[in-house]
Amino acid sequence: MSEMIDQKRRDFVSVAGKTAAATVIAPGVFLHSVANASPRAEAVTDKVRYGMLIDSSKCADGCSDCVSACDKENGLDQLIKPEGASDDLWAQQKPRWIRAVKVKDNLTGHVSSLPMMCQHCEKPPCVDVCPTGASFRRDDGIVMVDRHTCIGCRYCMMACPYKARSFIHETVQFKQTATPRGKGCVESCNFCVHRLDNGGTTTACQDACKQGAIIFGDLKDPKSALVKALSKYPSVQLRADLKLNTGVRYSGI
Amino acid sequence: MKKISYSEWGIKSPHYWGLLAILGAVVAIGGFAALFMEHSGHWVTGMTNQVVWGLPHVFAIFLIVAASGALNIASIGSVFGKKAYKPLARLSGLLALTLLIGGLLVLVLDLGQPGRLIVAMTKYNFKSIFAWNIYLYVGFIAIVVVYLFTMMERKANDYTHTVGTIAFVWRLLLTTGTGSIFGFIVARQGYDAALMAPMFIIMSFAYGLAFYLLVLMFTFNADNRAIGDKMIARLKSLLAVFVAAIFYFVLVYHLTNLYGTENHDYEAFILLNGGIYTTLFWGGWVVAGLLLPMGILFHPALGKSRGAIAAASFLVLIGGFSAIYVVVIGGQAFPMAMFPGKTIIESGFFDGVGGAAAAYTPSLPEFLLGLGGIGVTLIATVVAVRLFQFLPASLADEAVDPHHS
Repeated sequence: MSEMIDQKRRDFVSVAGKTAAATVIAPGVFLHSVANASPRAEAVTDKVRYGMLIDSSKCADGCSDCVSACDKENGLDQLIKPEGASDDLWAQQKPRWIRAVKVKDNLTGHVSSLPMMCQHCEKPPCVDVCPTGASFRRDDGIVMVDRHTCIGCRYCMMACPYKARSFIHETVQFKQTATPRGKGCVESCNFCVHRLDNGGTTTACQDACKQGAIIFGDLKDPKSALVKALSKYPSVQLRADLKLNTGVRYSGI
Repeated sequence: MKKISYSEWGIKSPHYWGLLAILGAVVAIGGFAALFMEHSGHWVTGMTNQVVWGLPHVFAIFLIVAASGALNIASIGSVFGKKAYKPLARLSGLLALTLLIGGLLVLVLDLGQPGRLIVAMTKYNFKSIFAWNIYLYVGFIAIVVVYLFTMMERKANDYTHTVGTIAFVWRLLLTTGTGSIFGFIVARQGYDAALMAPMFIIMSFAYGLAFYLLVLMFTFNADNRAIGDKMIARLKSLLAVFVAAIFYFVLVYHLTNLYGTENHDYEAFILLNGGIYTTLFWGGWVVAGLLLPMGILFHPALGKSRGAIAAASFLVLIGGFSAIYVVVIGGQAFPMAMFPGKTIIESGFFDGVGGAAAAYTPSLPEFLLGLGGIGVTLIATVVAVRLFQFLPASLADEAVDPHHS
């Protein structure tokens, strides 16, 4: 009698164990195969270096199409001003990945309009100073933040010479699937990395610019429109004195 | 030299518990402020995407800088062999610990993700001075604990000199690390100077000693313990020299900046037209923090008055707080030179249009969090001197024999 019960117990434990194993492992196997099927399964290499040329002479005064497109693409327009926050302060606290800037030469008075964003430096100060390595540069030149390891110390914001980064000051209620975001982390322009990793070749700001002032592409591809334009027109790096070898170049300023 | 006896702080029980209650309330309010900030997000503070480090960082850096300086008294005794300082060493080690813990708590509780402290402890980017600082701070705590043990356990006394030397070198590295947080920043005009590290070291000497003097005078006074005139004279002279040294560093820093045209706008901002930062630089850092204390401490009559010495110490701390405020916040408020030779006339991100400084108004929660850090320092100090033998029974001149060195 007791042997029979033991056998039943053994059978039960065996079936339960197999079921549990199947429940735990199967989704992992499934997800792994799904992940492998996507373009993201291929490791990023340094055979490409993403970059941008911004022709300030084409950038229209008063236009903010690139800013709106970036806000929409990366869910920045979904952030809601916290209840009770003052308008003035909130304006300085809400995140911005790209902004329109107008500068005037002190001697000549020449005025240029241009969009400013992360310059995707080859030697980014934000990456140097990040204590946990959350701020990192991919092999393809994109500088971005790993939001899982960002502790929100903001040292990268202190170190960035372009003031390109924003801190999330508020609880995030809505966000894009492609752009995860959370209170207490730092973020900045990542060249619409979700597009590139899924086979895309353009950024939202570039697509939105009716003037054609933004050319995005691979700095290492001699046939790319970007490299052709860079070899044709004179261009500069912002704060070239810092020798950061920025991925974003400007002409017409 | 007579054998020095130590004893627990013997103030009356109601006084002790009353003090704990007040400090406990300060700590509790600071804790609630931190919870409120973390729960709501940093929008409830005055910090923005322009001024990213605010009042909590001023408190934290001030306390951390003072912590390494507070250890100096112990170092003078056990590393440099000045026997008159030996009775002062235990309190010196204790204050180094409590100041550092208070400062670190404020720093950590201001993080956007304080719950991820474990990430900061397990993932390191060794090119970051912040990552090094994590080791320097934690290592400092461990070394000072061992240092205190070698002082307080008779069998371990033989090791005091060795451990004290390690602690002394470590504290120099620690403050170098803290100063380099700013010294290594190439992006901002007010930072990016190798002078930051040694200037922070000399600042730590003064702020640590000023804090030490105040705690020493308060605890001894409350407990009717004697401090001899010669002992007080030694400490106040040391403080005066440290303050004079800060004055020298400030002078060199600004003169060097003034020589180079590229820094003229920044210098004008700090020295002439920077509003609150100019006021704090001259009124807080220079007058209250340097000139007045030097005037008091070097004065033949005032320099002998204990009340005046205490006031001078307090002024040094006010000056220190102002100095850190000017460095940390002023350095961020001044617009970054993103387009040298050009003026920004419009911006969608507060980029210093027309050279305008970034706005920053500290909020109440930030202030309370910082105050909570000071509360933690004081409560830990009070409890420790009450429970353990940190304070010498007497620092009267005949008990210490200051001529014996």
